[in-house]
Amino acid sequence: MAEALTFYTLAGLILAFAVLVITARNTVHSVLFLVANFLFVAALYVLLGAQFLAVIQVVVYAGGIVVLYLFVVMLVNLKRPPEAHHDPRRRSRLGVTVALVVLAEIVVIGLYGYVQPAGPAAAATPHLVAQNIERVGWALYTEYLIPFELASMLLLVAMVGAIVLAKREL
Amino acid sequence: MVITPTHYLVLSAALFVIGIIGVMTRRNIIVIFMSIELILNAVNINLIAFSSQLQNAVGQVFAIFVVCVAAAEAAVGLGIILAFYRNKETINIDEMNLMRW
Repeated sequence: MAEALTFYTLAGLILAFAVLVITARNTVHSVLFLVANFLFVAALYVLLGAQFLAVIQVVVYAGGIVVLYLFVVMLVNLKRPPEAHHDPRRRSRLGVTVALVVLAEIVVIGLYGYVQPAGPAAAATPHLVAQNIERVGWALYTEYLIPFELASMLLLVAMVGAIVLAKREL
Repeated sequence: MVITPTHYLVLSAALFVIGIIGVMTRRNIIVIFMSIELILNAVNINLIAFSSQLQNAVGQVFAIFVVCVAAAEAAVGLGIILAFYRNKETINIDEMNLMRW
């Protein structure tokens, strides 16, 4: 019961802040709602027994990436908000029609799936709290060592690319 | 009342759809990037829900890779936005048509 209450509270907050992120007029407010959203997702990870991922989420997302976003938002101070611009070539009505057709298709597919639902999911077993980091680290450094190294290469290339892009002249 | 993986999948799908709506409807490219972060978070919730269900750490390993790629994407993307803003004084994607026929 306590788990259900926690889950529904967290899920409601996550979805509410996600909606606020994409509806806020002011971009700075949008970034702040994004921080709250990331923190509640981190709490959800703890509920799922992934403590290491929760810490990574707070440090990397809420700490690093969001600061990058705020930095860029402050740097490009806008006199004219982007939503004020109207593209004369945009076909809103055509887009809405296509979207409705796709929605109808998805609903039909979903109804087909509902007629013959998949088997019931087994109840979640108790989490192994203390061993979480150990298990993740073991998998990361043995079986997934090469993807891990490739990820570090990706970060290095991204860092060099960001510096080259943001530098005024080389 | 037991919370099954289905609950997490529904939450993840809802977050994913909110992110897609943000990408589709907003014209501010910074908000579009934030919507992409929401989408990646939805994927991570999915991976960790299955990892917890199957008592298998591989899902969490892949979630770490997703976070890694998200960080790289944010760095390069925001660098591109800064470079573009310096040249064109806009962050509206409707006006970013340099490479459109």
